[in-house]
Amino acid sequence: MVHAAPGGPFDDERVLPAEIEENIAAAYHLDEPLHKQFIRYLSGLVHGDLGPSYRYRDHTVGELIGTAFPVSLKLGAMAMLLALVVGVAAGSFAALRRNTLLDRSVMAVAMTGISIPIFVIAPLLVLLLAVRLQWLPAGWSGNVGATKFVLPVIALALPQIAYIARLTRASMIDVLASDFVRTARAQGLGTTAVVRYHALKPALLPVLSYMGPAAAAILTGSVVVEEIFGIPGLGQFFVRGALNRDYTLVLGIVVFYAALVVLLNLVVDILYGVIDPRIRQR
Amino acid sequence: MKALRLGALLAASIVLLGALLFACSDPASEIAAESVLHRGLSSDPESLDPHKARSVQAAEVLRDIGEGLLAYSATGELVAGTASEWTISEDGLTYTFRIREDARWSSGELVTAPHFAFSLRRLVNPATAAFYAQMLGDIVNAKDIISGELPPAELGVEAIDERTLVITLERPTPYLLSLLTAPSTFPVHPGSIAEHGDAFTRAGNLVSNGAYKLDAWEPGSVVELSRNEYYWNNAGTAIDNVWHHVITQEMTELNRYRAGEIQITGSVPPDNFAQVRQEYPEELHIAPYLGVYYYGFNLTKPPFRDSPQLREALSMAIDRDVLVNSITGRGEEPAYSWVPPGVDNYEPRRFIYAEQNQEERNAHARRLLREAGYGPDTPLQIELRYNTSDTQQKIALAVQSMWREVLGVETTLVSEEFQVLLANMRDREVTQVFRSSWIGDYNDAHTFLSIMESGNPSNMPGYESGKFDDLMRQAADQVEPDRRRLFLEEAERVLLADHPVIPLYFYVSKHLVSPEVQGWGDNVLDYHYSQHLSLAPTAATR
Repeated sequence: MVHAAPGGPFDDERVLPAEIEENIAAAYHLDEPLHKQFIRYLSGLVHGDLGPSYRYRDHTVGELIGTAFPVSLKLGAMAMLLALVVGVAAGSFAALRRNTLLDRSVMAVAMTGISIPIFVIAPLLVLLLAVRLQWLPAGWSGNVGATKFVLPVIALALPQIAYIARLTRASMIDVLASDFVRTARAQGLGTTAVVRYHALKPALLPVLSYMGPAAAAILTGSVVVEEIFGIPGLGQFFVRGALNRDYTLVLGIVVFYAALVVLLNLVVDILYGVIDPRIRQR
Repeated sequence: MKALRLGALLAASIVLLGALLFACSDPASEIAAESVLHRGLSSDPESLDPHKARSVQAAEVLRDIGEGLLAYSATGELVAGTASEWTISEDGLTYTFRIREDARWSSGELVTAPHFAFSLRRLVNPATAAFYAQMLGDIVNAKDIISGELPPAELGVEAIDERTLVITLERPTPYLLSLLTAPSTFPVHPGSIAEHGDAFTRAGNLVSNGAYKLDAWEPGSVVELSRNEYYWNNAGTAIDNVWHHVITQEMTELNRYRAGEIQITGSVPPDNFAQVRQEYPEELHIAPYLGVYYYGFNLTKPPFRDSPQLREALSMAIDRDVLVNSITGRGEEPAYSWVPPGVDNYEPRRFIYAEQNQEERNAHARRLLREAGYGPDTPLQIELRYNTSDTQQKIALAVQSMWREVLGVETTLVSEEFQVLLANMRDREVTQVFRSSWIGDYNDAHTFLSIMESGNPSNMPGYESGKFDDLMRQAADQVEPDRRRLFLEEAERVLLADHPVIPLYFYVSKHLVSPEVQGWGDNVLDYHYSQHLSLAPTAATR
């Protein structure tokens, strides 16, 4: 399918003489029939070799993923953590003050967070915090320290915070109205203890099952964020790879992402069992 | 109480997040005593192997870490590089170069004539698969080596002794000296290639002969260079470290410049140009650049095959002043010739209609269209293809409306992804009018004119003219530069009269250069070697 897109990895307005094109195609085995190229790729894959990158001619696809993934992982993990903490806190807070002005305003902010796409929020953040106020760096670079993570992480986490807050609020309200909570209250427990020991865990179940899709959303969201902030993560390489017809790089990242998503879903399923005793029993 | 608990939880998490952030910070980035220049680079070099590199961005980094026999000064004059002197035989076919006695690799070894011979043979060796192998096509036997008919050892390049290199040509190539500044002709270190194979360009392995050496390369992020202590002109190199930051988005680059994170930008975003001009009038550098933006006709299919009047009419009806003033707006020059102004030893020819005003051109264009057989009863319907981008879209819309208003021609706009457009242009099956561009490889009119020769792979319109080809051949045989120039100019006149292309405007280079950077020189090639720059004392320790 990758080969179906018109154009080749070495095409340019500066068209090469035929004999040079042949030399280059031969060097990358692009002169062989497709099925042969495919078999070559598969046999490499089995050995953990994703092949050479056509665009980054000094690097293999494995190396590029090796340098880019830790960056995306750090970014994604931080965004996920931020989203969870702030989202759950805001959601519980709103649930406990249900139908007050505070609840309404938290939910209004959350709704806005869901509706505004990252590619609008991110440049606004840069404009305000980096260019106008100069508190934070405007882009990614080696010459600034940890602060370079702040804006991308916030941009990436914002929609997830909003979503998780709404989820938590809804499920918290459900749980607070359930019989076992009423029993706990009847036994004289204060609100804090009820929330902490009884309500929080079951209320988090929907949030947990949302973690899988959230991880996927953060992965895809990071494609946009990485592009805007110029972060050398997987998403950026994926976009460049597709535009440059860097077949091996695109394929390699797809294979890698697929493995990652399967793995994340497995982890979520296992965690589900840990939190919900009903699932463990079955 | 419960709010307090939640608050505590929140605080703890933020501390955790902070710790995670801290763990990611890089202590090596705080260099204090040495001067560092931060430059923007619009994409990663595809390779730091000078023979595998191709892009403008790769060349920019390579010019810092390597050096050819010749080089350019800050203002774009040809100067001695690793060769200190050279002689040219009377027939213009034999060039003898003297390598500097003190030219050294970053490893401390001497750079010798055999190293250059090795490198030039490697460039044309089919096994290297070099993009720019044809650059040396005029050296004896080069073409046959590229196509695999002769072994690389047969190349007309010979090291007479350790310091003398002789290059023999099949025909006089007056621009050879400027070719020898190009990264593809830089020497590569034979020892490290033998030792590391393809991995010789890695940081730690790469041995280079320029003013800087490679410290680290993080793809998608930064290429870090530091001073090569063994460089022959190390005493004349002011800045200790150069960091080329890979920033693909022009807007991000501008933001980082504003935030003081980089000192030189590679470009300026079109949408913010007016604002930037107002904000940084002293720091904005706009200079003519050897590049032409053009619309080409597919000459292999109707309606444009055998219809020069039609092509001329469409060319005349475009008001280029509107394009450069209202759309591109960054100081671009309207194009009435194929070769840009500013090329050494050359005076571009111009369209005959260049002297008329737009009203006269429009009237003339309408007449030509009628002669070509089109009118209110037989309207012309054409298709214009361009690659997806804001600027291309705006220009295409403007041209579409000019053609409609002046000539009554209806144009369908087709926007395609760049690689798709390239494939279509090369196939010449579905294209009618297409947008393209050409950037000069060296400072000579030949780099623009030669692509229009019959059968040249970059000849996108499929232009074939015996007269033009003859003139180019005759020009190639001339030893005397002024005689050669006359043939080239005549060839351009023939080309323009045939209207295979509509040159729209000539590019300009656009940079923001921070006031602390000194020694910057604008030049048509847009080459800016870091070794020519220095930092004002206040900024040197940033």
